[in-house]
Amino acid sequence: MPKQSVSDKSTGAAVTLDWAHYDPAGFYDELVDAAGRPRTAAEEVARYLASLSPKRLRARQTASERAILEMGVTFTVYTEGQNIDRAWPFDIIPRTLDGHEWDKTEAGLKQRLRALNMFIHDIYHQRRIIEDGVFPAYIVDSSTNFLKPCIGANPAHDVWANICGSDLVRDSDGTLYVLEDNLRVPSGVSYMLENRSVLKHVFPELFSNQNIRPVDDYPSALFDMLRSLSPATDDEPEVVVLTPGIYNSAYFEHAYLAQRMGCELVEGGDLVVNSDNKVYMRTIGGLVRVDVIYSRVNADYLDPEAFRADSQLGVPGLLRAWRAGNVALANAPGTGVADDKVVYTYVPDMIRYYLGEEPLLANVPTWRCSDADSLEYVLDHLAELVVKPANESGGYGMLVGPHASAAEHEKFRTLLRADPRNYIAQPTLKLSTAPTVVNDALEPRHVDLRPFILQGEDMYVTPGGLTRVALRKGSLVVNSSQGGGSKDTWVIDRSSGE
Amino acid sequence: MLSRVGNRLYWMGRYVERAESSARLIRVYSELFLDLPHGTGIGWRAVLNINGGEQAFADAGGKADDARSIVHFLLADEVNAASLLSTLALARENARTTRDVIPAEAWRVLNELHLMARDKLPQAVQERKRRRILEDVIQRCQLLAGLIDGTMTHGDGYQLARMGWHLERADMTTRIIDVAAALLMSGRDELKRFDNTLWMAVLRSLSAYQMYRQQVRRRVTGPDAIRFLLTDQLFPRSVAYCIDQVENAIASLPRSATPARSCSAIRALQLPAADGSLDPAALHDHIDKLQLAFADLNNDFYTTWFAPADAA
Repeated sequence: MPKQSVSDKSTGAAVTLDWAHYDPAGFYDELVDAAGRPRTAAEEVARYLASLSPKRLRARQTASERAILEMGVTFTVYTEGQNIDRAWPFDIIPRTLDGHEWDKTEAGLKQRLRALNMFIHDIYHQRRIIEDGVFPAYIVDSSTNFLKPCIGANPAHDVWANICGSDLVRDSDGTLYVLEDNLRVPSGVSYMLENRSVLKHVFPELFSNQNIRPVDDYPSALFDMLRSLSPATDDEPEVVVLTPGIYNSAYFEHAYLAQRMGCELVEGGDLVVNSDNKVYMRTIGGLVRVDVIYSRVNADYLDPEAFRADSQLGVPGLLRAWRAGNVALANAPGTGVADDKVVYTYVPDMIRYYLGEEPLLANVPTWRCSDADSLEYVLDHLAELVVKPANESGGYGMLVGPHASAAEHEKFRTLLRADPRNYIAQPTLKLSTAPTVVNDALEPRHVDLRPFILQGEDMYVTPGGLTRVALRKGSLVVNSSQGGGSKDTWVIDRSSGE
Repeated sequence: MLSRVGNRLYWMGRYVERAESSARLIRVYSELFLDLPHGTGIGWRAVLNINGGEQAFADAGGKADDARSIVHFLLADEVNAASLLSTLALARENARTTRDVIPAEAWRVLNELHLMARDKLPQAVQERKRRRILEDVIQRCQLLAGLIDGTMTHGDGYQLARMGWHLERADMTTRIIDVAAALLMSGRDELKRFDNTLWMAVLRSLSAYQMYRQQVRRRVTGPDAIRFLLTDQLFPRSVAYCIDQVENAIASLPRSATPARSCSAIRALQLPAADGSLDPAALHDHIDKLQLAFADLNNDFYTTWFAPADAA
C-alpha cells in the first residue's frame, strides 16, 4: 500500500501549528503528548487534522451527523413520559491506539474473561475458591445476582459469560486500567461498527494511508461463537437474538446484530417452551425449534416460572429447557453473579488462583466498604472518592465525591453505613482526554473504552472497541443515557517493510 | 418468518403503498381544481372522503370549506392518523421494528423519506411547492419498492410485504372509483361539460391515463374507465391485477388454503354490466362488496399467519 510520506515530522511545523492551542490541562491525552507532539500511532491523524480548516472540520462533523440520522442509528431514551428514538451522538475525531499496546491489552482481556468464567462455573459447582479461602462466601450468599436455579448447570464449554464488555480507562500515568466487567447484557458494539462505517465515508484518505485494524468481522465472530454453543448436532442450528422489544434503549443494536448475523430477532412472546422442554418460535409456518438464544433480556426477566413472576418479557419454562440441555443461552443465566463491583475487586486473585498467572491488566484500586477499615477510610474521604453501588450499571446511583454537594455526601454516608456490602469506592481517576469537535475547534474531552470479548469454543476480542466520550466540558460521565457520545477507535499498526 | 415480524412486513407494505397512492391522489386533484370553474361542487371534501377522513376532520375542528386546512390535514397533520405524514411514520415504524429482515438500503430509503416528509410536507400546503414535494414522495416510494423487489430474497417476508402492497392498492383503487363515480354519475348538468376532464383526472390519479389510452381506443367515458380500473388483467393498478398478485403471494406461503379461498371469492365478484352503461347504485353496491371482501381477506391473514389460535 502506498504511503504518503510523513516528511513534516522533520520540520515539525505543520503538525504542531494548529495543536498549539489544544491544551489537555495536565490530563493524559490520547492523541498528543505532554509537549503537544502527536503520539506515534496518531501522527497521520494529527497531521491530517492540522491540514483542515475549521470550516471544513465543521462540515465533516455535520455530514457525519446527517449520515447517522439517515442510517437511522439510534438509541431510545425514556424521559419526558415518552420513548424518543434519538440519533446516536458521535464525534468524528478517531481515538487512536498503538497496535503493540493493544496486543498486550487484548491478551489481558482474554485472561480476565477466562478466569471470570472459571470463577462462575466454580461458584455454581464445588466452590473450590471459597474452600481454599481465596474468596469469601458471604459475597455470593448476599448477592442478588446469585441465582439458585443455576446451581449445577453445565453450559457449553463450561463458559457462562460468552459476551463481555469490559470498560477500560487510562489514568494520568498512561496506564490502562479495567474499571469494570459488564457480563450481563453489555451493549454498544453496534455503535462501534456504525462509527467505523461513518468514518470510512468522512475520512477515506486516512484509511488508505495507514493500517487500521478492521472491526467489521465482529458479527461473524459473534455468530461463530453462538453456533459453537448449540446443543444440536445439526450443522445449521437455529440461532436467535432475544430482545426485550422496541422500547428498549438498545433495540437498534439488537436488530442490527440479528440482521448482520442473518438470525431471527425474537421477543419473549415469539417463543414458547412445550411440554417436551424444548424451545420453539411461532412462525407463519407453525412452531420451529430454536437451538441457541443470544439473550439481551436481563436474567431475572428471562423466565417468569423461575425468576420474576411479573415479567412480561420472558418465556415461561425457558430455564427448564436450558437446564435440560435443549437450548443454549448466551450469556447463561446466573452470570450476573460476577458482574458485581465487589466481586470485581477479586478478579486479580481469581487470575492467580485459576490460571496460575499474573494479571496482565490492572484493576483500578478499590476499597470494599464491607471491610470495616476501608469503610472508615471511605467515610472520611468521601469528597475525594467515587462511590458506586455494587450492582448498578449505566452510571446510576453513584457519587462523584469532588463534584457532589455536602447534602449528597451526607446521603451517601447514611447509605454506606446501612448497607456497606453494596458499595465500593475508587479514587477519582484522571481519565485521559481526546480531541473532540466543539463548534469549529478541537477541545479535550474525557474518554473511556469498551472492548468486547467473546468466549465459546474459541476467544475473540474486538480490535479497539467503543470509545465513549463525555461531551460536556470537564465531565467524567460517558454513558449515552447521560450526555455521552462516542468515537471511532483505531488500532493502528506501524508495520515494518513500508 | 416469525408471525409478529410477518405482520409488520405486511403493514409496512400497506402503509408504503397507501402513502404513494395518497400522494398521487392529492397531486392530481390539486391540478384538477385549477381546471374547474368555481361552483362545481367538487372540492377537497371529495378527497377527504376517499380517505374516509370527513368525520375525523370535523372532529379536529376543521371547516369543510377551508381548502388550505383540508390539505394540511391530509398531508401534514400529525394528529390525523391517516395523513400522508402519519402514514409514512407508520411505514417507517414497521420497518424500524423489522430492520433485521429488510434490506439495509431499503430501510435507509424509508427512514430518509420520513425525515424528508417531516421537514417538507408542512410546506406542501403551498400550491407552488406541492407538486415537487409530492413527486419526491412518490419517487422515493418507487425507489423503495424497487429496492425491496430487487434486493430482498423473494421468500416469505417479501411475499407478505407484496401481499400488503397489492391489497392496499386494490383497496385504494376502489375508494377512488367510488368517490369519483358518486360525484360524476350524479347526473348534475353543470358537471356534464367536464366529464372528460374529470375521468381523465381519475385515471391520472392512478397513473392509468396513458395505459388506458393504449388499451381503449374510444373517447374517455366513465363506464370504460371504471371497467379498465376494475378488470384490466395487465394494468398494475387495476383491482383484478392486484388481486392476482395477492393470490400469487398467498400461494407461495405456508398453510394458505383459507386466504386462497377468499381470493377466489373476490375474483368471482362480477362487475354489473348493462350495454355500455353503468348503474351508479349497482356500481356502489359492487364496490361495497369488494371492500368487505378485502376486509375478510385481511382477517384471514390474521387467523392464518399473524395470530393463529392454535400456536400454543
